[in-house]
Amino acid sequence: MLNALVIGCGRVGSSIALQLHQEGWDVTVVDENEDALSRLGENWPGAFIVGHGMDAQLLREAGIEEADAVVVATDGDNTNIVIGQVVQKRYGIECVVVRVLDPLRADFYAKRGMRTVCPTQTAVSVMTDAVRACDIRPLEPTGAA
Amino acid sequence: MYVIVAGGGKVGKSVTRSLVDMGHEVTLVEQRRDRYTQLEEDFGHVAMIGDATEIGVLERAGIARPPDLVLAVTGDDEDNLVISQIAREGYGVEKVVARVNDPRNQQHFDLLGITQTICATSGILGLVEHEVPEHGLIRLLELRREGLEVVEVQVEPDSPSAGKMIGELDLPDGSRLISVMRDGRALVAVGSTVLTPGDQLLAILQPGKEDELRKVLIRA
Repeated sequence: MLNALVIGCGRVGSSIALQLHQEGWDVTVVDENEDALSRLGENWPGAFIVGHGMDAQLLREAGIEEADAVVVATDGDNTNIVIGQVVQKRYGIECVVVRVLDPLRADFYAKRGMRTVCPTQTAVSVMTDAVRACDIRPLEPTGAA
Repeated sequence: MYVIVAGGGKVGKSVTRSLVDMGHEVTLVEQRRDRYTQLEEDFGHVAMIGDATEIGVLERAGIARPPDLVLAVTGDDEDNLVISQIAREGYGVEKVVARVNDPRNQQHFDLLGITQTICATSGILGLVEHEVPEHGLIRLLELRREGLEVVEVQVEPDSPSAGKMIGELDLPDGSRLISVMRDGRALVAVGSTVLTPGDQLLAILQPGKEDELRKVLIRA
């Protein structure tokens, strides 16, 4: 069975953990706050470990050495960026997906080989498209004479 | 010299004051409004408000010039790491010094290539170790990147090395005695030097060899 480690169990992390579990992954979730476990429902069958993703010992307890994929989705961009690089470099894990809300930082680290996902950029694109899809045209296009 | 200081807490503020007094051009970036207000009163236009981990803020601070030195001294280790990486890798800043708040994070800075770091906690622990040596071995200098450290050891009357020539000692691979301090004078350690109780030895070794070295020199 493939092992996934999800660091940060907020709305995003918990949903990813549940999704991966449904798809047959063996999932371990890490969060600083033990109350976050409730986001995984009543009968979460995977492991749940309380602690900070920067803590090397905790990562080993969470099975980082056997992980096939790591998802980093805490609420701090810089925390995610650092944890993402550490697991990538120290443990040689190729599939490390990192949430970065700031589009510029997401782009900066994407160019350096990190799989960053920027929900802000996604929201901008999708919402702009949604406005366009309303099919309302300006009476006078901006810039027209 | 042009310097960007990221983080206007006690450390950033004091460093900025010293640099300004020395005549350097400084921009101090602080994200908390209350702190910034105070810093602006003290330093005027040197102080700037913003999150120094945001590329746009760093650009307004002049990161693209680039500065001669960037000091990442916020109270958050992840922030300091990201600031250092953006400065070095994104803008080619040659000198970046990062503050490590939690010594457990030192390994992350090393791994990610931020080699110029300052950790007050480790510094204080080093001083404590020097005053209260644990197991007779004092760590004087760590060359982390190079994988070497310099330690000091004192020969006691019951030490296995007392009365022996250095050449006779079975020192662990990856270690070497540099000098012997005796009666306030330093002798270069050579194979024929005979060790006597009270000698203070300087040794260079690879981290992790401390126990082996200690056994040979001071405890059977």
